Amino acid sequence: MAKYLLIESRDPLESRDSGNWYDLARDLKAAGNEVTVFLVHNGVLAARKGARCADFARLLRSEVEVLADDFSLRERGIGGDRVVGGVEPAPLDVVVDRLAEGCRAMWH
Amino acid sequence: MAAKKTLTFALMDPPYENGRSTTALRLIAIAAKRGYAINVFAYEGAVALAFAKQQPHANAVHGRDLEQENHPLTHKWAKALIDEAHRNGGKVDWINCGLCVDERGVHEAVDGVRRGSPADFWQAAEASDNTLVIPTR
Repeated sequence: MAKYLLIESRDPLESRDSGNWYDLARDLKAAGNEVTVFLVHNGVLAARKGARCADFARLLRSEVEVLADDFSLRERGIGGDRVVGGVEPAPLDVVVDRLAEGCRAMWH
Repeated sequence: MAAKKTLTFALMDPPYENGRSTTALRLIAIAAKRGYAINVFAYEGAVALAFAKQQPHANAVHGRDLEQENHPLTHKWAKALIDEAHRNGGKVDWINCGLCVDERGVHEAVDGVRRGSPADFWQAAEASDNTLVIPTR
């Protein structure tokens, strides 16, 4: 079992590729890997309560860990109470932690 | 005490255009505070991040003078990261892609930045605990 860190910097309403990225995370998880999706920049917009994105909702129904950069959330005025369930705000340090642990990290 | 890690980051975006550059520098700052050995391979427009001739400017549109504008300069951030790593027992080996530098004429880099090639990136990645490539769109 490998550990993967998939960093998503794009808003799914701006980039259709985001759906493929979420699907990749789900597929890696289904294959028995430990997978985290870390949202950063406009990637955090998908994590707003009320945001309508079927691809992201499907990701949240999987067992993939989904984290959102707390700085990116603050930059966009998204308080913790406006973050959808299943997404945990987290500091960017988590990315460095995972890199140091040897996670396979990819940026989109 | 756990052994200090070696991380390599490949950056491609130029300064002042999007958040990827800022986030890349934030990641490097976290690693620098931990005293990690850090390799930075700046490619394409990212070679301008450490360009020493960047100048601050006033902002006439907003009526701010030079001091009030306090314009950020990424070459100062790059130097600060190099110094921060050193203070914490780590290091930053910042490599600017030489051909990318030549194309853009940004030869004057801050101290601690050297000229290299994609082969240096490969060697850095090979010698690292992990590598993160932050691609441009």
